[in-house]
Amino acid sequence: MKDVNVPALVVFVLFFLLVTAMGFLASRWRRADNAAHLDEWGLGGRSFGTWVTWFLLGGDLYTAYTFVAVPAAVYATGAAGFFAVPYTIIAYPLVFLFLPRLWSVSRVHGYVTPADFVRGRYGSRPLSLVVALTGILATMPYIALQLVGIQAVLDVLGVGGGENANWFVKDLPLFLAFGVLAAYTYSSGLRAPALIAFVKDALVYIVIIVAVIYIPLRLGGYGHIFGAAADHFKQAKAGGLTLPDNKQWTYATLGLGSAMALFMYPHSVTGVLASKSRNTVRRNMAIMPAYSLMLGLLALLGFMAIAAGVGSGVKGYNSQLSVPQLFANMFPDWFTGVAFAAIGIGALVPAAIMSIAAANLFTRNVYKEWLKPAATPADETRIAKLVSLLVKVGALVFVLGMDKQAAINLQLLGGLWILQTFVAIVGGLFTRWFHHWALFAGWAAGMVYGTWKAYGLASPATKHFGGNAAEIPGIGEIGYIGLTAFALNLIVAVALTLVLRAVKAPDGPDETKPSDYSAEAGDDELENAPEPVAAH
Amino acid sequence: MPSDQAPDKAVMPEPAGAPVPAVTPERVLAGLALLVPIVAMLWVSSYDKPDPAVAGMPFFYWYQLLWVPVSAVFTVAAYLLINRDEKARKAARNGGAR
Repeated sequence: MKDVNVPALVVFVLFFLLVTAMGFLASRWRRADNAAHLDEWGLGGRSFGTWVTWFLLGGDLYTAYTFVAVPAAVYATGAAGFFAVPYTIIAYPLVFLFLPRLWSVSRVHGYVTPADFVRGRYGSRPLSLVVALTGILATMPYIALQLVGIQAVLDVLGVGGGENANWFVKDLPLFLAFGVLAAYTYSSGLRAPALIAFVKDALVYIVIIVAVIYIPLRLGGYGHIFGAAADHFKQAKAGGLTLPDNKQWTYATLGLGSAMALFMYPHSVTGVLASKSRNTVRRNMAIMPAYSLMLGLLALLGFMAIAAGVGSGVKGYNSQLSVPQLFANMFPDWFTGVAFAAIGIGALVPAAIMSIAAANLFTRNVYKEWLKPAATPADETRIAKLVSLLVKVGALVFVLGMDKQAAINLQLLGGLWILQTFVAIVGGLFTRWFHHWALFAGWAAGMVYGTWKAYGLASPATKHFGGNAAEIPGIGEIGYIGLTAFALNLIVAVALTLVLRAVKAPDGPDETKPSDYSAEAGDDELENAPEPVAAH
Repeated sequence: MPSDQAPDKAVMPEPAGAPVPAVTPERVLAGLALLVPIVAMLWVSSYDKPDPAVAGMPFFYWYQLLWVPVSAVFTVAAYLLINRDEKARKAARNGGAR
């Protein structure tokens, strides 16, 4: 077993205790009148202003797995791994177009999840159910990967790691971290991650800024770092500092597809719906790029890890460990503790929001819709709290029971799957033209095509699901499978809608009206809207 | 010569409560502002090259990093334009209700 890095561990544990206390105290923060309503536990009372939303969304979207995986991809492949940067640049202008509409219609009708909106807009229970299940399915492995982020940090810290430690000792720190997380999410709901996000984001900014200044100073400047990386890729005969011509399509389609998928994830929608006004949402789309800049700088750490010789000469080195190891090698011990706390807490915030989002989906769109239509708001809150616990236990079992590669594969598939809800959700925000059965068929076509294509991809690490890009039929370039599946989904939805409209197939009722999509806090639509409590 | 009421009508602005058209200059400009960063990033061949490097960082990297704040400027512009547009719409609606 490796030596335990004591000063780093002490700093790490102190920060962990701090956020645990904050998590439990969060239930007293902006306490609401009606704590039994799901809006309170699951959306923080829909009360967050611009800055709280900024911290919450930043804490939510930029996860520990991102911190570990993005530089790991750059470490392993060079330029191709940098696609996370155009991805986050594209995302905010893109969602600026439709998220304000989603906020407005959800506020008017008291929708808590994207599947609630689909139910109300198309009057279709099956379509709403598949949107909800896709969301849950895509979120579960994502939660599991947050654990992988914590594990990477614990491994490098020297606690729990070691191949021959018995499984209980090995995973005890992980159990503790998750047990505590589950407890305060249960008691405080979305307020806990919202409050902890302040600490997380502050730590992350400090660590990244220090890292991109301090580490290059020690390594002899950016020129030397990129030089060393260029030599490394030349020797490895894989990857490089720029993209080969045949990878440009892959780069662009991965960026666009991931940007479109980002705000289809239930946890992103939860963060958006928790804000108090339409303008809060818009303002955030303009200030979120501050996090993208940080992510871009973080990606460069992958090159620094190469230049610092992390993992050099180790056969089959796990690139996921490259950045934690770089921190441990470069920083003084106490600051390594701060950096690891940033990653560890960076896992807790999104894991909490994801489990809340999955619980909201299950409660609203499976439990209440199909199992117990008479559920009161208090029932909903009780079920959602329980489900949030189950979801976390599920993720824990997943990580401990299956190998990490399976979690990574599934998260990759999750992005592809969640993108297939785009036509129904975003299409529905602008037009009622699509027929709900056409959308259902389009969703099914996209899911099957994407999963089948991804299954057929092998990589050195895994026999199936070994990548996310394949030839785009009709274009011949290699592109992101998720985006190709989305195109198929859209084509099927359009074609079948034309057919169904031609034969005058019966359509479901639409409970929304055009003005709902532009309602702002303080408008008549909201004044006259049934109070959320009474609405559902 | 027009009748007595005609000059009155001529100086009157658009009737209060006239709906603002769906396509306004503000909306078009905001749409363009949002489109610029998306197109710039999808046009990979325009930036997939190592030179000119700045402070040792290849073009590919500093160019994309530079686009992060630039895209934020475009989004802020879109935000201001849309805000203006929505104020005008609200004023038109309230005028109609009066």
